[in-house]
Amino acid sequence: MDIIRIEGVAKAYGRLQVHRDLTLSIRKGECFTLLGPSGCGKTVLLRLIAGFESLDAGRIYIDDTLVSDPRAGINLSPDSRNLGVVFQDYAVWPHMTVFGNVAYPLKLAGVTPSELNSRVGETIALVGLGGLEKRLPSELSGGQQQRVALARALVAKPSLMLLDEPLTNLDANLREEMRFEIKELQRKLGITVLYVTPDQEIALAISDRMAVMDGQGRIRQTGGPWDIFERPADPFVFNFMGIANFVPVRRQGGDFLVGGGGQRLPWNHPPGGDAPDWVAGFRPSDVVLARGGEGLRGVVRRASFLGAMMDYLIDIDGASLRTSLETHAALADRLMFAEGESCVVGFRNLIWFDARRLGEVAKR
Amino acid sequence: MKRIAGKRGIGAAPIILFLSIAILVVVVAVPVLLIIFNAFWVNGEFNVGDIAKILGEPDTYQALINSLIIASGTTVGSTVVGTFFAWLVTRTDLPHKRLMKGMFLVPFMLPSFIGALAWKMLLSPRAGFINRFFMLHFGFDGPLFNIYSYAGIVMVEIMYLFPFVFIQVCGALERMDPTLEESARISGAGLFTITRKITIPLVAPSILSGALLIMLYSMAHFGTVAMLGIENGIFNIPTLIYQRIHQSAGSFASIRTGTVLATILVVTAAFIIWLQGKILGGGRYQIIAGKSFRPMELKLRGLRFPLLILCVAYIGFTIVLPTAVIFLVGGLKTYGLAFTWENLSLDNYKFVLFDYQLTKDAIWNSVTLGLGAAVITMFAGVMISYVTVKMKVRGKGILEFLGMLPFSVPGSVIALGVILAWSGKYGVNLYNTVWIILVAYIARYMAFSLKANSAALEQVHDSLVEAARACGASMWQALRDIVLPLVRPGMLAAFFLIFLPSLRELTVSIMLYAPTTRTIGVAIYTLNEDGETVMSAAMAGIALILIITGQTLINRFTEKTGG
Repeated sequence: MDIIRIEGVAKAYGRLQVHRDLTLSIRKGECFTLLGPSGCGKTVLLRLIAGFESLDAGRIYIDDTLVSDPRAGINLSPDSRNLGVVFQDYAVWPHMTVFGNVAYPLKLAGVTPSELNSRVGETIALVGLGGLEKRLPSELSGGQQQRVALARALVAKPSLMLLDEPLTNLDANLREEMRFEIKELQRKLGITVLYVTPDQEIALAISDRMAVMDGQGRIRQTGGPWDIFERPADPFVFNFMGIANFVPVRRQGGDFLVGGGGQRLPWNHPPGGDAPDWVAGFRPSDVVLARGGEGLRGVVRRASFLGAMMDYLIDIDGASLRTSLETHAALADRLMFAEGESCVVGFRNLIWFDARRLGEVAKR
Repeated sequence: MKRIAGKRGIGAAPIILFLSIAILVVVVAVPVLLIIFNAFWVNGEFNVGDIAKILGEPDTYQALINSLIIASGTTVGSTVVGTFFAWLVTRTDLPHKRLMKGMFLVPFMLPSFIGALAWKMLLSPRAGFINRFFMLHFGFDGPLFNIYSYAGIVMVEIMYLFPFVFIQVCGALERMDPTLEESARISGAGLFTITRKITIPLVAPSILSGALLIMLYSMAHFGTVAMLGIENGIFNIPTLIYQRIHQSAGSFASIRTGTVLATILVVTAAFIIWLQGKILGGGRYQIIAGKSFRPMELKLRGLRFPLLILCVAYIGFTIVLPTAVIFLVGGLKTYGLAFTWENLSLDNYKFVLFDYQLTKDAIWNSVTLGLGAAVITMFAGVMISYVTVKMKVRGKGILEFLGMLPFSVPGSVIALGVILAWSGKYGVNLYNTVWIILVAYIARYMAFSLKANSAALEQVHDSLVEAARACGASMWQALRDIVLPLVRPGMLAAFFLIFLPSLRELTVSIMLYAPTTRTIGVAIYTLNEDGETVMSAAMAGIALILIITGQTLINRFTEKTGG
């Protein structure tokens, strides 16, 4: 069952059209991530769902209740949408203690004092802030403040939580730790989470399903993290999900030749179209590097030692690609190349793109 | 499928917007519009020729020129003095810099018309203490210096206005990134070159902006010119407006001259504010960061003590001496007696505080008017700022424009405007009551309140309110529980920024007072006019004590709360 249904939503700020005819549904109980580059309008969409902004056109349903429909003059105010929202800048009220912050939604709801105390205590313990109830936000670290914000969003037991880049302002270690905690909480409490982020790693790590949005606010692909990573719908998605190589390939009869030279691409699955120019897309980790044997002959143009990894830039007849392999594996297999040495390249995995469609990637 | 209608009565937003616009329209826009209307429309006809005629009259023409002369002199003088002292206390190894910096800010507290009163006692051509001293002991034939002159007026205005430049330049010099100067030094530039090529260009916007502030203030300044100029027939725009209205008890011709002159003041003020915005607008914060740095200090070497003595002498001359004179004269039995123990007592102070109906009324009026204006303006200001800073509603543009108005309307213009608006012509007659002064104070100090409150509101991030809305709070509940507690420091600041200046207000009250509605400023001024010099000085002394006590309390308070 869908908890959020967004139908044909449009939103513009002055002359800037952020969304046009956007449709999306989110299922009850899932952790759904909206992934896209900054400025693509994903936060706007979240704010439209929360009711902080009003639609220009379209309809939004939450739990089968029509909450926004400009044509019918319906725009439910944020306080009557029964959501939990967590903001990027925490938005913890600086003049209230941790307890005061978390208790506020329950106070507004008119919960009895004894129930309020026990529920606030429970929620504070749930996010791991037990013992800090009397602290003011200024006496907390960034991570602790974000936990307060989480607790405040959870305490009224909303069926839906909206999280707007909640981890962006935290340092790397804390971010990693918190993303698992958020996932854990979502599973334990069985609530639906809509998570907005530009970080594909977080999206892959926590999502049940996710949607990738491009710079113009269009949704390019919706699906499970595995689908999106392994079977990207288009070059944009492929590129957005991590560093990608795009090598130009010419069709010559039944053969596919790399770059400007005459070497045949060592891959047995030809593309499903008959266009003359193609692009082979692959990730640096999909490249098999060797000193000799079968494969494309190339030259190492740049060798960078990054500690645990070796990173190479390789030129094959005018086409360049990046690859990386673990340093200890490179040492064991005698694959420590110096700049100017020749090498042989093969592939573990490869995705075909029509060269004419690749221009879209540049718009990223 | 459930359907819930989104409309539930009238929301908070339209009510707040409507109230905000209404307040600004009634309090500020109507008086200003009435002035401009009266200046251009005669007997229901648009008439520009008449304006030229009024401006061509020798008196009005001279007042315009005088305003320009005095404002230019004051601006140049204050800028030089302010910049020099600012540089001295921030960029050199002058001894006791912090103390000196504090002392240079004291003139902010001293009302300039009380300063002018003191200087009149010291340097009036015949009776001034200094002039008499020189004539008696050094055989001077005439006075050493005549304070009733352009030079005298400009000198007194500089003494009390230079802190505007001083504080701006100090701030800029303290926040300037020293690496900018260091890198010039590494490139081989000498200190003089660095100062000329790097430091001064970087702080130039601050100097200019402070200078424009003084220009604005001096053009429309009443007190000093009224105290020192009228004797010799030197009028500027505000004093001429006052004199005309006062002499003719509000005749048509005087009102018309007043409105024409006031229109000129409004236009000039608007131009100056626009210019200041331009100067401060472009990228200043890229070079001057918000953090405090430890700037390079120039070693003064042999000049350290001579310059310290210069500072001490300046402070002694401009702050200590006038203040001492006020208190001493306030203690004299009769003006003109020598300052000996037999002639000095606290009797005048007791009389002014406890027995003299006129001054007792004045103190009571000023305190209640100040409190009333401060409370009303504080609440109105927080509401209006909320709309302009936080709300996304249609019609906000009008409010932003109206909100700019109080910044550019000088006191004498406001006074004239409220006379036009509230003396019965439009149904409400407040003339000769305290209420008309209250309305004028609200208009005059609205700018302070808007500034303090919008600064406080900028600090309240939108997401704090949105978080409350998402938690189930209505607009009103979010305002009450989140916004109000967080802007309370800004509101308090606004309160004090209004209450203290209103205790010493003269420009507006002098145009609006009736026999029982004198304020402290009016009492000091009229007592002096009537030749009751010792009573005037005693009243001034009490005013100074009130103001300094209040300011000290506020400084304590703001230090504690970290504001």
